[in-house]
Amino acid sequence: MTTGSARDEVLARIRHALSASPTEPIEPVRGYRRTGQYSPGAPQLLDRLTERLTDYRAAVHAATPRTLVSVLEAALDGTRRVLVPPGLPAEWIPASAVIDDGGMSPAELDAVDAVLTACTAAAADTGTIVVDASPDQGRRAITLIPDRHVCVVRAAQVVQTVPELLSRVDPHKPLTFISGPSATSDIELRRVEGVHGPRTLIVVLLSD
Amino acid sequence: MSQVFLGMPAHAPADVRALHGTQPFPAAARTALADSQLRRNLGAATATIRGKRAAAVAEVDDWEQLRFAGQQIKAATMARLDEHLIRLEQAVTERGGTVHWARDAAEANRIVTELVKAAGADEVVKVKSMATQEIGLNEALAEAGIAAWETDLAELIVQLGHDTPSHILVPAIHRNRAEVREIFLREMPGVDPDLADDPRELAMAARTHLRRKFLTAQVAVSGANFAVADTGTLVVVESEGNGRMCLTLPPTLITVMGIEKVVPSWADLEVYLQLLPRSSTGERMNPYTSTWSGVTAGDGPQEFHLILLDNGRTAVLADDVGREALHCIRCSACLNVCPVYERTGGHAYGSVYPGPIGAVLTPLLTGVLDNPTLPYASTLCGACFDACPVRIDIPSLLVHLRARSTELRAERRLVPTSEAVAMTVASWVMSKPRLFAWATRAARLGRLIARRGRIRSLPPPLSAWTATRDAPEPPTSTFREWWLNGKERS
Repeated sequence: MTTGSARDEVLARIRHALSASPTEPIEPVRGYRRTGQYSPGAPQLLDRLTERLTDYRAAVHAATPRTLVSVLEAALDGTRRVLVPPGLPAEWIPASAVIDDGGMSPAELDAVDAVLTACTAAAADTGTIVVDASPDQGRRAITLIPDRHVCVVRAAQVVQTVPELLSRVDPHKPLTFISGPSATSDIELRRVEGVHGPRTLIVVLLSD
Repeated sequence: MSQVFLGMPAHAPADVRALHGTQPFPAAARTALADSQLRRNLGAATATIRGKRAAAVAEVDDWEQLRFAGQQIKAATMARLDEHLIRLEQAVTERGGTVHWARDAAEANRIVTELVKAAGADEVVKVKSMATQEIGLNEALAEAGIAAWETDLAELIVQLGHDTPSHILVPAIHRNRAEVREIFLREMPGVDPDLADDPRELAMAARTHLRRKFLTAQVAVSGANFAVADTGTLVVVESEGNGRMCLTLPPTLITVMGIEKVVPSWADLEVYLQLLPRSSTGERMNPYTSTWSGVTAGDGPQEFHLILLDNGRTAVLADDVGREALHCIRCSACLNVCPVYERTGGHAYGSVYPGPIGAVLTPLLTGVLDNPTLPYASTLCGACFDACPVRIDIPSLLVHLRARSTELRAERRLVPTSEAVAMTVASWVMSKPRLFAWATRAARLGRLIARRGRIRSLPPPLSAWTATRDAPEPPTSTFREWWLNGKERS
């Protein structure tokens, strides 16, 4: 039998199953909170994001446009090879950094010590940062293979709730939601930070 | 042999081993209960996760509203499941993916095997996935000469230990750190012989072991937590980064997904991405969630295949009560709060889906006659319903399946059970007042074999009752005698 017939058959089975007890489509009631009490970038949200990320064992550093370069230098301290995506603001790029041209293989990326990117949005309630492969964030592999990810979050990108976060990202782009460094609880449900993803996550919170 | 008509909802075939245990639950449970190491491991692990979940849930003041929304979105999706799947197929195809349909496990396995061979690969890296466990994909690939590498830490422990998963979220929950260390020392090539039994060191050993696989693999196989029909977006929720590795690095990605995982719109994720992490690992959010729609030029796999799997799901959908089991988002909160699961562990259920949800989902997928003891693997205490993030009324489903099982056996005129005989006799005796009065007085004889208010074992056929529970000692007087005495006194 061809694949086409499997499709027809599964759909026919579903219709048969539903026809025995037809139900009217209901409109789900969304009684939960869809917007937070604070507007994006509010100081309360920056505090909460910091607290939640720290709870996940990520490091968070506050910066202003004036201090940003020195904060980034400190975040990248001890790394020799730093990679940045092609669209990162020029003033953020460390002198020694390599700009990703999309050509490095996974094995070559494994020899990179750290990556420095921007982000798309962040949610304070859950301590979550989203990267979406835009030019200032880069293809997914570069924020995955290097062992240290330094991510700049602009204050205005910080919303309170998960619904607000999802409304600010484009589902057609490849998205990665990051809440702390990689972790596992698979042995006796004890949390261990740092498995396959970057073992160190440093978030730089940039306010005016 | 019964004839199968085109388009009739079908149960999972009897040769799907991951849904058919080798022995009934009571027998398997008895073996498990005798294993004191297992009970210690499980007791410690479930107590830890129950505490974390309770704290994470208590923090959310609109938790109940989220649960109601989670329930209603799933119910609305199931009512139009065919339409949502067609929209999903269209959206994924438009964005460069290829969609396949599989009626059952064997068909899904065949499609994956052909795709891996077409990619010229003899091994795949895998993201933890219940659907591929259910269909026995690793075994099917092995028969075709393709090695499947599990990359989730717990799945790796299970695979290296030649074991089977015992929990939906933490498949190696039955192993403690010392056992994990032994498995790694025995099975992991090139592992440091001085490896300690510290969870961090063990996790680092897994990182080193899998790193080369991730960087060189040509094909990855994953499941999906959700698929958004509107946008064609697939979602995988994980912690370790092994999921990101598999979903990003190999040039070909194959995703096997049960048809019930579809959600209509992107906004629906705002409900489930709040409910799932807090219910499963007790975290505000899991470390990594990856989403992708078809293929993206220059980023991630350039070939993407989505396999939509039935394997009994349409039969579940055809049961207008049991249908609710398809709402499950595989968080495993019901396992962690279940007094039965906590004591027997997952293997006793004989299915890749253990615990309260497994006790309903497994017989619904296979037909209750293939798993007749599972609906009884519960005390009906209701803790599972309270914990379920999408409000699946598991106790009612268990009762429904117990009734179905009795009806089906009666229809098939199987030998009546001692329970059925007892009920027939009871109805006859109770319809005759004098006979009933005699019988209740005769029950006093039971006092002769009672010890400290309890009867521990009755002669056959009543032994079927006392095999699993004590019977109370009958009172010194019957209700009628007590009533008449009371009247005389007043």
